[in-house]
Amino acid sequence: MPAKNDPTDLIKRVRRGDHVAASRALSIVVNDAPASEVLAKEFFKASGLAQKVGVSGPPGAGKSTLTGRLIGHYRSQKLKVGVLMVDPSSSISGGAFLGDRLRVMEHATDDGVFIRSLASRGMIGGLTHAIFGAIHVLEALGCDKILIETVGTGQDEVEIASVADTVLYVTTPAMGDEIQAMKAGAMEIGDIFVVNKADLAGKDKAVADLKAALGLGHSAGQALKAWEPPVLAASAKNKEGILELAKELDGHWKHLRASGEGRARLKRQHATELQFWIQRRVIKSALERVNDNILEELLSHKTDPASIGRKLLKNG
Amino acid sequence: MIEGVPHPRILIAKPGLDGHDRGAKVIVRALRDAGFEVIYTGIRQTPEMIAAAAMQEGVDAVGLSLLSGAHLTLFPAICKELKKKGLKDVLVFGGGIIPDEDIPALNKAGVDGVFGPGTPLQTIVDYLKEKLAVAR
Repeated sequence: MPAKNDPTDLIKRVRRGDHVAASRALSIVVNDAPASEVLAKEFFKASGLAQKVGVSGPPGAGKSTLTGRLIGHYRSQKLKVGVLMVDPSSSISGGAFLGDRLRVMEHATDDGVFIRSLASRGMIGGLTHAIFGAIHVLEALGCDKILIETVGTGQDEVEIASVADTVLYVTTPAMGDEIQAMKAGAMEIGDIFVVNKADLAGKDKAVADLKAALGLGHSAGQALKAWEPPVLAASAKNKEGILELAKELDGHWKHLRASGEGRARLKRQHATELQFWIQRRVIKSALERVNDNILEELLSHKTDPASIGRKLLKNG
Repeated sequence: MIEGVPHPRILIAKPGLDGHDRGAKVIVRALRDAGFEVIYTGIRQTPEMIAAAAMQEGVDAVGLSLLSGAHLTLFPAICKELKKKGLKDVLVFGGGIIPDEDIPALNKAGVDGVFGPGTPLQTIVDYLKEKLAVAR
């Protein structure tokens, strides 16, 4: 019997749909353990086949509960679903409370669903540096749909747009007026907007405000008339609006594949993955070699930050 | 952060018919502040659900909280499900209203540490740090 972390064996088992192997592979990839690059190299080959849906929006908007409803919908169509849920790490202790899973426990024992919680581990932007590696494991596992839930975001977290194919922006009737919706940042990157908690008062106004803001013109990053981001109302709690939402998600995936946009987005995703790799390896390793001697040299003005920086990067 | 163990992951679970999860939440919070990545299942989980979550999340330990008195049935059932999923190396510990005389039976079933009411949080943190550092 092969050793339990033997990469060749793990790769084979993940491709066969083995959840235990996928979990182990995820741990290796996310922790940058030995063999992580061997696995990543193999799993990368399957990338780009499944639709990756990014679920973003402010904390408490209902992203996890809505994700749970989407899982249910995809399972009713017999699709295999992979889910990655990111929550923040503490900058003080390094620990994290990954609380999203609690909202999707009804799918815990379904063999067609694989859910993994991830801690942001110091990355700003609502995701984690290991996100691409984790996505590739789920792609190799044969997932048809991959749902990626970001950390609850503020106005400025747009990294999900460089990771997912379709960005679902979740908000609530209490989001504020159309002036809020006109601001740059997170509102620019949504492909589909959903006003969740439609059971609360103010749903119609929130939908109208969003539509009004979006109707002022296309986002700078978007090709003209290529895709009009729809605005929907839903209540994840009461299971309302889920079918309509899923239909729009399918529609966007079709649009991506029929137009050149899908290829352009995949290219951007790979570029971002490369950027993350460089950040993790080159920049981090150079920073780790900054020691007190170097700082003392700077303090005595014998050298300067640029000269030291160049030296550190060269010897990386 | 704990030396040698980059980010240990713990699943805190509440099996069976018991909705009292303040204790579990206190543990979740203390472990988060001690540098662990903690996942919480919420209340009323079956052994199968807990084992599946532990497997998918790739945790190093599973902590069970139960106040209903059904620990002699549920804790061993969870240990069995974990083994069925191939999670033989996962540390299982528990707490709640558990009489001392039940502890040997739980140990035998695979529950390593049992912590009763009044246990200082630091005791549980130290226990996990020690056990998980040794396990790697």
